[in-house]
Amino acid sequence: MSELLGVPSQVLFGQLLLGLINGSFYAVLSLGLAIIFGLLNIINFAHGAQYMMGAFVAWMLLQYAGVGYWWALLAAPVVVGITGVVIERLLLARLRNADHLYGLLLTFGLALIIQGIFRNEYGVSGLPYGIPPELAGGRNLGFMFLPNYRAWVVLASLTLCLATWFVIERTRLGAYLRAATENPTLVQAFGINVPLLVTLTYGFGVALAAFAGVLAAPIYSVNPNMGADMIIVVFAVVVIGGMGSILGSIVTGFALGIVEGLTKVFYPEASSTVIFVIMILVLLVKPAGLFGRAA
Amino acid sequence: MPEAAVRVAGGAPATAPLLAVRNLQAWYGESHVLHGIDFDVAPGEVVTLLGRNGAGKTTTLRSIIGILRKRTGSIVFDGRETIRMASRHIAQLGIGYVPEERGIFSSLSVAENLVLPPQVKPGGMTTEQIFTLFPNLRERLSSQGTKLSGGEQQMLAIGRILRTGANLLLLDEPTEGLAPVIVEQIGRTIARLKQDGFTIVLVEQNFRFAATVADRHYVVEQGRVVDMIRNDELDANIDKLHGYLGV
Repeated sequence: MSELLGVPSQVLFGQLLLGLINGSFYAVLSLGLAIIFGLLNIINFAHGAQYMMGAFVAWMLLQYAGVGYWWALLAAPVVVGITGVVIERLLLARLRNADHLYGLLLTFGLALIIQGIFRNEYGVSGLPYGIPPELAGGRNLGFMFLPNYRAWVVLASLTLCLATWFVIERTRLGAYLRAATENPTLVQAFGINVPLLVTLTYGFGVALAAFAGVLAAPIYSVNPNMGADMIIVVFAVVVIGGMGSILGSIVTGFALGIVEGLTKVFYPEASSTVIFVIMILVLLVKPAGLFGRAA
Repeated sequence: MPEAAVRVAGGAPATAPLLAVRNLQAWYGESHVLHGIDFDVAPGEVVTLLGRNGAGKTTTLRSIIGILRKRTGSIVFDGRETIRMASRHIAQLGIGYVPEERGIFSSLSVAENLVLPPQVKPGGMTTEQIFTLFPNLRERLSSQGTKLSGGEQQMLAIGRILRTGANLLLLDEPTEGLAPVIVEQIGRTIARLKQDGFTIVLVEQNFRFAATVADRHYVVEQGRVVDMIRNDELDANIDKLHGYLGV
């Protein structure tokens, strides 16, 4: 077996791929958080629960309606996004002029309620969700074995992140969003419907989380705690990247997934804490985050 | 709209005003800052609000566009009562607003800033016409909005509302902090916009500048309109005005 840096190359590339997969989820989730935080000034603690809901909706569609993976990839984000729209209109809209902390507490409470409901209904043992047959199997790249589904997860996440970045940075709708993030009052005074923009933005951020949930369903088992486990790391990613920075959250998400994977190879004991160590260092040196603008 | 058509004592024009403000009161939180603002602006007129710092001029503009929501009284624009409307609906009636701090978005390029406000009425200027008015903007289109000089930012702030078809422009101290040569350019622009039929309410500290562009001046003091001076009677009233402004 060939070795690289004193480690079998199979192991190294295997962990790199695993890191890239985790990074994909970090990127999509922290992107959603960043967009929501930018415009709504709310730290969406329900994000993990909404990611979990995405996976569950995909599972339910298959279980109860016979709807497969590809349609679920479209439908679950729409369904969960609509619940986000309802949450924004009914609850978050009332907190618009309140301190950050209220939004955080409200969404934290929502996360607990949503997870509780799913735990009550489905237990915590996890439900299986198969890999779509089109993406079963894998290919031998010579230096490692690449499962097709995992390659798809990385590709789909990267595409989605870049498409979102493009819409925000390069289109008229994105210009509205950026302007409203900076000065909602003035944007409103130009005749633009900012409350609608806010609602749709929250719905879109939530839909991103649900999309990640569907992507995750065949890899991790579908279970009510899957989001709670993920979201703590994602918050660390967001803090490192800089709250509210779109490109920052994408780059940081992928990069930290890879760092985590490499740590598993070279110093496995630290693999679950490395991101938090980086977070502490970044907070000490650059409190606004690597890509954030100082407030 | 009989009330809106009433002539204000002191000789407002006899045509029905495009904007009629009556007993406008406004609050910042608990603090009562406007105590009854009354004035009219006829179509095609350029009117200034003059007064010392903190008199309530900026607050008056913010109340008209609806950014300041806690307000009572009556503001009739083009026959429509707007006192209870949200700012986005007021803007859609055809009012363009240039805030005191100019409100150029730093996360948008100059081009994006220019086309940000949506069209609210037909008949707005084309970007080409705006570039004729402000040639500097054309060269800076891909720059970040806030990388422009103060004067260019002011041109951008004015230019972007000319596209929208708004026929009433609210300009809050467009000359503040600008070099004399830029102030002259802004002055020529306002004269040109008046020729084109725009109606303009201008908040100014600098009455020498105001005198070069305006038809009439309303003097605001402690949240009230205390006097109205026609521009052609300015010389005769100059001492009185100095008294109001404390110059």
